[in-house]
Amino acid sequence: MNVIEASGLGKRYGSTWALRECTLAIPDGHVVALVGPNGVGKTTLLNLAVGLTAPTVGTVTVLGGTLAGSAAALDGIAFVAQDTPLYKYLSVADMLHLTGNLNRRFDQGYAKARLGELGIPLTRKAGKLSGGQQAQLALTLALGRRPRLLVLDEPMASLDPLARHDFMATVMTAVADDGVSVVLSSHVLAELERVADYFVLLSRGRVQVAGEVDDLLASHRVLTGPAAEADSCAERLCVVHARRGEALAHLLVRTNGSTDPVPPGWESHPVSLEELTLAYLREPGAASLPGPVRAGALPLETGEPTEVSQ
Amino acid sequence: MTIDKGISAAGSRTGASPPGADGGAGSTPTDGSTPTDGSTPTDGSTPTDGARGPASPVDFRLNAASGVPTYLQLVQQVEHGLRLGYLQPGDQLPKVRDVVASLAINPNTVLKAYRELETKGLATGRPGQGTFIQATLSQVALPELTGLRHSLLGWLATADTAGLDEDGIVALFTSALREFGGFRGVAPPGQQGRERREGSDDRRAAASGETEGVA
Repeated sequence: MNVIEASGLGKRYGSTWALRECTLAIPDGHVVALVGPNGVGKTTLLNLAVGLTAPTVGTVTVLGGTLAGSAAALDGIAFVAQDTPLYKYLSVADMLHLTGNLNRRFDQGYAKARLGELGIPLTRKAGKLSGGQQAQLALTLALGRRPRLLVLDEPMASLDPLARHDFMATVMTAVADDGVSVVLSSHVLAELERVADYFVLLSRGRVQVAGEVDDLLASHRVLTGPAAEADSCAERLCVVHARRGEALAHLLVRTNGSTDPVPPGWESHPVSLEELTLAYLREPGAASLPGPVRAGALPLETGEPTEVSQ
Repeated sequence: MTIDKGISAAGSRTGASPPGADGGAGSTPTDGSTPTDGSTPTDGSTPTDGARGPASPVDFRLNAASGVPTYLQLVQQVEHGLRLGYLQPGDQLPKVRDVVASLAINPNTVLKAYRELETKGLATGRPGQGTFIQATLSQVALPELTGLRHSLLGWLATADTAGLDEDGIVALFTSALREFGGFRGVAPPGQQGRERREGSDDRRAAASGETEGVA
């Protein structure tokens, strides 16, 4: 089952396309990181998936083919927007009451227990809570709906490190307890590496990289070796991104899963998710997708000299 | 509005009171189950960090800068504990939910680490109870170790004569070890419990340890 599936999806605001020709499928049972440069349409895509806006063209379905925005879809999805919106002048208890009345299903007991664990007083006005507490309250309201899919748009952007940790701990505990699928967008790649097991990189409105994080990391390597041999080396390998100085070159290559031989004189290093993302973001033409893969080695990028060893 | 507030306030008192006092009225299965199970020694770990000690001798920590995948860090910490004798057969590893809650990592990562430990024959899952240490890490027999050390010292002397300094030796050793690992490919994990495909940190440590012993 796919928790989000889009086909030819596009959204236009006035004369500007916020998202264009987006086709993707996100499987369930994962914590999915949705990554992409600013303005690529991540928020638009998430808003379309949760039914906050309607597509200009194309379709988007959720939770195994349910039309996004339909009543059945809304019951199964919870969404926490970028700014964790709350009614500032309502008390925490009133927010719970309101959310309970506005939804067909809301687990008051769960929500109150969670807030109790977090030490968030029910009598306080939502606007008087700290940033971390506000985010936790918004998250609790979302989880209290007992969703099958939790969508988080830049959830930790405004949180301090401790609040981020606590926020993600809450999300991950919900994954462990209830098996909820999670889709989250974020710019903080290091943070995503710890939590995401599925990775989607959006670029120019289309999916550039998608797959399980472990598979992606296993199928990419950085090869470091003499710059003079970089060109001949690159001809035989699928190079995503190359950096080279006068003496030393670094090639981020896709190995297609097989154990391809490392050229003599070259060293092979594993990549981090952050390194991988940066490489693909710098090479919008490269793609790594499950199924039909648009392969082909890219020409070497010169300039950007790296440190010359010795 | 007044009535609403009345209900909410009543609710808030129930919610804010200690778990034992709320009579089960407002408690959800999630919350209710934790304190109840808390009476059993295995589950007592949930409420506080301090109580985790007796339940499991392991408290995982993550090093984000190490470059070692998260699941592998967990595996290595268990192996490390076994090697140093902190962990014994029968010891329980922390429950997945506790690891997830304290480290804010994906539950699948913890499951993967525990699976890996099971594959290596170091741990075993008991349905409904958790994951337990099953075996110790057998060290290489002492005479063999002495021989290996002797031949390594001989090699180091050769390297020294050739003009390699300590950093050079470490770099060469690490590179050769990596090449060796590449040739051997994925070794059967059960037998090769002490070898790791990605544990470059450990190898560096081993390499530098040996060279320091010489220098």
